[in-house]
Amino acid sequence: MLKRKDLISTKDLTREEAELILETTFGMKEILQREVKKVPSLKGKTVATLFFEPSTRTRTSFELAAKRLSADVVSFTAQASSMTKGETVRDTVKNIEAMIVDAFVIRHRSEGIPNFIAGITDASVINAGDGKHEHPTQALLDTFTILERKKKLEGLNIAIVGDITHSRVARSHMFLLPKLGANLIFVGPKTMIPKDIEKVEPRIKVAGRIEEVIEDLDVIIFLRIQLERIESPLISSLKEYHNHFGLNLTKLKRAKKDIIIMHPGPVNWGVELAPEIMNLENNVILEQVTNGVAVRMAILFLLLSSR
Amino acid sequence: MYRLLKSGRVIDPANSRDGIFDILIGDEKVLEIAPEIKEYPEDTDIIDCSGKWVLPGFVDLHVHLREPGYEYKEDIESGMKAAVSGGFTTICCKANTLPVNDNPVVTEYIISRAKSVGICDVYPIGAVSKNLEGKELAEIGEMIRAGVVAISDDGNCVYNSELMKNALLYSSQFGIPVSDHCEDNFLKGSGVVNEGRASIITGLKGIPSVAEEVMVYRDLVLANYTGGRIHFDHISTKGSVEILRWAREKGIYYTAEVTPHHLLLTEDAVCTFDPDTKVNPPLRSEEDREALLEALRDGVIQIIATDHAPHDILSKSEDYVNASFGISGLETAFSLVLKLVWEGKVPLEVVVRALTINPAKAYNLDAGHISPYSFANVIIVDPDLEWVVDPSKFYSKGKNTPFKGWKLKGKVVKTIYRGRIVYEFGGDT
Repeated sequence: MLKRKDLISTKDLTREEAELILETTFGMKEILQREVKKVPSLKGKTVATLFFEPSTRTRTSFELAAKRLSADVVSFTAQASSMTKGETVRDTVKNIEAMIVDAFVIRHRSEGIPNFIAGITDASVINAGDGKHEHPTQALLDTFTILERKKKLEGLNIAIVGDITHSRVARSHMFLLPKLGANLIFVGPKTMIPKDIEKVEPRIKVAGRIEEVIEDLDVIIFLRIQLERIESPLISSLKEYHNHFGLNLTKLKRAKKDIIIMHPGPVNWGVELAPEIMNLENNVILEQVTNGVAVRMAILFLLLSSR
Repeated sequence: MYRLLKSGRVIDPANSRDGIFDILIGDEKVLEIAPEIKEYPEDTDIIDCSGKWVLPGFVDLHVHLREPGYEYKEDIESGMKAAVSGGFTTICCKANTLPVNDNPVVTEYIISRAKSVGICDVYPIGAVSKNLEGKELAEIGEMIRAGVVAISDDGNCVYNSELMKNALLYSSQFGIPVSDHCEDNFLKGSGVVNEGRASIITGLKGIPSVAEEVMVYRDLVLANYTGGRIHFDHISTKGSVEILRWAREKGIYYTAEVTPHHLLLTEDAVCTFDPDTKVNPPLRSEEDREALLEALRDGVIQIIATDHAPHDILSKSEDYVNASFGISGLETAFSLVLKLVWEGKVPLEVVVRALTINPAKAYNLDAGHISPYSFANVIIVDPDLEWVVDPSKFYSKGKNTPFKGWKLKGKVVKTIYRGRIVYEFGGDT
């Protein structure tokens, strides 16, 4: 069991805790392959998903994970705009908590909201993505996918390509993969990689182009270019981005045969990845989605079953 | 009414005084300062100051009193009470009220409200531009006639360099400084924390240190070119300190302030997402903090100012991104910088100077010293008193402080304004 109430960031997760989550995920994945994909582990527990920012994919994944463990699930969507009319995050959370729930799964466009909520509720808080801060379950499901394919993490060369500065997924990986012994390389235009990042996490390397690193890579993770998050011009056009920082077959030819290609989705085909990548064996994007349910089952189980 | 402050350690850098003295106050003024005063009128109230420090009332060039317009955050009376409980007997308030202090009517309103409260001196700072919009000059001459002592667009950097040049030229005619919040609007964008460790860890949008530095340099060269007087609000970065040091060597005249929070905290405090750590300029790196301490020690920065920015609870709750910038600072400032004295980082004399005569000189105020026939604005400090910062006990309406729960040693225990006791620790103002 995890000796913690909340899962908000990979930064405050120990190596042992991360390994426990990954080990537990193997068991959960086995449940998903049974004919009856349901166990009574969290019967009587209630999980509330509280999404202040729309996301069908992550929310569905969490809801399914909770249901596979026999927890009851309630879903709330709150428009951030309603808060300007008076209802605060505190009010929303306290109202739902009054209906007796055991866990909140939170997504919000502002960084730090899950930290705030964790401080005002006795229920467990799981961060399903807060602004550009963290998205720990995505990093854990990616890591599980890598572990399943590569049988290890220690010593693997893993690149994350794209807009690192504006990515909560990259932040969660930044504090997780080096902790587990992998070599992490951030790749992208300099306008999208935080200056002096190595001062915060010295184990991270930075490269400007995929071509500089591709030959040594075991895993390459692409981030979605989120144009709506970009205020000042960081790149000139999507076409230029694709040509310089996207992946196509020509660049892939120089890679190891068994390199795996990942993306948290949804993919902008033709921007991060050329469409011809879609049908390659190396593409494990759908495996990531399946594993997402298993990882979230593991996390819910480890946080809630002893509460 | 006479008072005798007996046997306190008087520290008054303006008069190069540091030693045990008696001070005799008659009515509003200081009458005599001597190692031992034996003759005084019979009805004199004798205050035993042995073991205590006696300092000139502090001067704060950077306070937000919020009135008129934002009385739910602070009003002139609550702000003045906060000031005297922190040892400040002279405060200068910024123009970002509603309406903005960009005309003599608002200036006169603030002055008359402050006079009616009457527990410390309040000097308004007028706007540089109408409605702080950075487009047209405000009625600077008229505001000076009404009583402003400096002009500043406060949190809005005067981004239009031509307007800044004209403001420096125009204000120099009246002998008052322009104070600038140095920050390039485009580099700042919607940033909320230091670009660096804080933005990398939290994902919150960063404000790079260069956003400040390009404007510090711009203002210095404009001041040099125009002969105007520039005062820098809350310097926060190592780069700015280096530029100021260059200016000093070159003989460009300027004055600069630093806040207690930039001297004590770094961006690490931000990683808790406590909205009370949200302040502009943002809390910077340890390297920046060390540069600020060095600058204070060697006089590149001469002034400590609080940037007292009180806010209501809703403006400072839950959402870091949308929370207001600012720290309620008047009531903790001195004890906080005293912590740096205890730690051996800044000499006591430097701290007292930076809170008294240096800010007074920067804005041409007759304040910050204890001299015969001057107004008796004096504070008594118990250097050994240990206390815990409890915002619920603040006189300020703004309870927003990242120092809540801090245990500090040394506190202002009495504030005397024009001979009257206006604050007493444990008592009421």
